[in-house]
Amino acid sequence: MQDIGRIGFSEEQADLLDAATVFCREKSPIAKVRRLIEDETGYDVDVWREMGELGWLGIAAPEVYGGLGLPIGAVVPMLEQMGRRLLASPFLSTTLAAQALLVGGTEGQKQALLPKIAAGTAATLALVEASGDWNLENIQCAATDAGAGALRLAGEKFLVCDAAAAAWIIASVTYEGRPNLVVIEKAAIPQGALRRETVIDETKRAFALSLDGVETPKANLFDPARASAAFAHIHLAANLLGSAEMCGGTQAVIDYTVDYLKTRKQFGKLIGSYQALKHPIVDAYVGYEQARSHLYSAAHCFGEQGAGEISTRMAKAQADAAFSYAADRAIQFHGGFGFTYDCDAQLYRRSAIWQAAQYGDGAYHKRRLAQLLL
Amino acid sequence: MTGAGSKELNDFGAAADAWFRENVDPDPGFMLPLTFMEVGTDQQFEWLRDWQNRVYEAGFLGAAWPEQYGGGGLDPAFQAEATKAMRRHNGPIMLNAIGLNWTGPLLLDLGSEDHKKTYLQRILSAEDIWCQGFSEPENGSDLGNAQTRAVRDGDAYVVNGSKIWTTLGRYADHMILLARTDSNTPRKYDGLSFLLAPMKTEGVRTVPIRKLTGEHGFTQTFFTDARVPVDRLVGEEGQGWGVAMRTLEYERGARGGQAGGYVSVQADAWDVLELARGMQRAGAPALDDPVLRERMVEFIIEIQSLALCRQRLGVPALNSDRPAGLPLSSKLMNTEFARRVNEFAITLTGAKGAYYVGDPSAVDDGIWARAYLNAFSATIGGGTSQIQRNIVGEHVLGLPKS
Ligand SMILES: Cc1cc2nc3c(=O)[nH]c(=O)nc-3n(C[C@H](O)[C@H](O)[C@H](O)COP(=O)(O)OP(=O)(O)OC[C@H]3O[C@@H](n4cnc5c(N)ncnc54)[C@H](O)[C@@H]3O)c2cc1C
Repeated sequence: MQDIGRIGFSEEQADLLDAATVFCREKSPIAKVRRLIEDETGYDVDVWREMGELGWLGIAAPEVYGGLGLPIGAVVPMLEQMGRRLLASPFLSTTLAAQALLVGGTEGQKQALLPKIAAGTAATLALVEASGDWNLENIQCAATDAGAGALRLAGEKFLVCDAAAAAWIIASVTYEGRPNLVVIEKAAIPQGALRRETVIDETKRAFALSLDGVETPKANLFDPARASAAFAHIHLAANLLGSAEMCGGTQAVIDYTVDYLKTRKQFGKLIGSYQALKHPIVDAYVGYEQARSHLYSAAHCFGEQGAGEISTRMAKAQADAAFSYAADRAIQFHGGFGFTYDCDAQLYRRSAIWQAAQYGDGAYHKRRLAQLLL
Repeated sequence: MTGAGSKELNDFGAAADAWFRENVDPDPGFMLPLTFMEVGTDQQFEWLRDWQNRVYEAGFLGAAWPEQYGGGGLDPAFQAEATKAMRRHNGPIMLNAIGLNWTGPLLLDLGSEDHKKTYLQRILSAEDIWCQGFSEPENGSDLGNAQTRAVRDGDAYVVNGSKIWTTLGRYADHMILLARTDSNTPRKYDGLSFLLAPMKTEGVRTVPIRKLTGEHGFTQTFFTDARVPVDRLVGEEGQGWGVAMRTLEYERGARGGQAGGYVSVQADAWDVLELARGMQRAGAPALDDPVLRERMVEFIIEIQSLALCRQRLGVPALNSDRPAGLPLSSKLMNTEFARRVNEFAITLTGAKGAYYVGDPSAVDDGIWARAYLNAFSATIGGGTSQIQRNIVGEHVLGLPKS
């Protein structure tokens, strides 16, 4: 039987979990979440600055690039708590961009960008295309030589998260017929090339990006020898961190629903006393605990050959199942109020759908697991 | 006492490993039960009693119980090593489950000195077999309503009534008995008392009950003026409900102190995967079927959930929001998984899903069908899954009582 992961939790993770729990609770009360939904920027720039000052953007970056030098599993508690409080910020986008650079970037790119990212400059990835394929190496956008050490880009990207906030966008392109990634400075993107998209999770900010005519120095291309490794790493890291947000969201939507079941009365009784509600919410809770166990197994084993990929895919599959079920039942168990915009159940249900669409849903990962396990 | 990770611990683990390698008999010549609730024949009973005794004599059962009561007096880490070795070599189950896992820790916590001296060592050695008399024909989930009467008469309680679903009832020497000593309390719970009742005594009669598998397992137990000495009371008279609830915590694994070893072996998703590898669908390996593939992966994810949740229990920082959550939900998670995975295994066998134990054409001697039927013992016994959901809902999530 192969090693498919195990729980481990370091002191650093425990400290980060404590810090993130308090920070996110204080900085992201639900009224503020709703206010930021209406806000074009979509996040609190002061909170974002604080995160940078606290060093959170460098948790998983090596010390030589200004980071803390911890494994990426140490970022999991942060995203779990952000997901729990629906705290909007470019944190995930920026962390993933840094991860891409770490694995696929050239030494020059790392030295130029990573210390700035660690200090709080936002960055993001542009990977999704019109096909909506989760396979990151199925790429139509292209980079071609434009002479004078420049590349000309063509094609369109979708669902580029936090593109407005980012100083750099790292886009997937084909170059000389091969998938690769290229760093684009925000300044190189012409007016009008970014269009804000309408997305199901209104706490998120995503953009369509037209690359047609965009030019960028050839030196901004990732190391071609490491491009494939970079795609694989981005895929898994995004699923690990996405699972963390999902676990936090699942916990929150269960808490939110349990509160209602303890206060709303019908037929003279608290509705939480009815087993038609009690038992499914318990099932949701059990699903959540299982998802959280998978999450911290993936966080612990992420860097390991074999167990890292398996545990991460399991974490995402279980998080998807748990979050979707809990948030779906949350709407139902709030009755007519559950159908309203005012009820927070919709925030979580939308978040769960958004998360499932990021880098592969449960069914997708189960298929990959079948290849790995059966 | 020596801590975990020490040389003593490693040596102990190695000794256990060697012992189980040497002593586990892969084929006793007949089918051994997978759980203590399945013991159905005298042959199985005698064989397992002897096996438990040998494990105890070798020092690999009760290693963490106090020495003066027959235990090894070691840190729990030692027993954990022995149990791991037992599992590694597929050792058969420990027979005396109700003694080892429920009565033992209960008496260690709440028993009198005399109780401990009288019973604990004989539980470990399997000289005394224990059973549990909680459920009654009319009162199962609603255990607090138990009506079996125990009336004080001099230095004994005189017991009348009937208990049912008594696992190992036919073989047991003693019973943990929940009986009503007072019928006039305002709250039904306050009239109950908890007794250590002799089984092989006048006025106690057991009648075997045939299980859904066709085998004989548990019994109905009738009491007619059976006498239980007053000093066999655990806790005070009228406190039996609290003691019984504590017993159920040991039973469901929500509280520790058990003697060690294991009392059931579960087929798990990996065994089912092995089974699937050998099966055919539409002229091709069953595992080429996309639907079966997905379900198989879901079961592997789920069994991994169970293992990881057990590991996470040992990390308090990851249980801070609802510390009782994992302990109180583990029975529900584990037993429902076992039922569903065995059900899935039957469907994998295609047309041969029609066979049952005893037919030469049955896949794996028919164990999958039998294991599925037997899996209900755990989703019903020890508090049904519905009751477990009530417990998790009320005691973990804080929902109002149903
Ligand atoms: C294999 C096996 C071994 C056993 N061994 C022992 C033993 O050694 N000693 C012993 O004392 N007992 C033993 N039991 C008995 C077991 O504890 C009871 O069967 C169990 O508690 C259920 O009680 P019941 O059978 O009376 O079912 P009931 O309580 O009548 O339940 C019938 C159905 O109603 C549901 N139900 C009942 N109340 C509620 C509620 N409040 N909310 C929602 N659903 C509810 C149940 O879940 C079940 O589905 C054993 C049972 C089995 C199957």
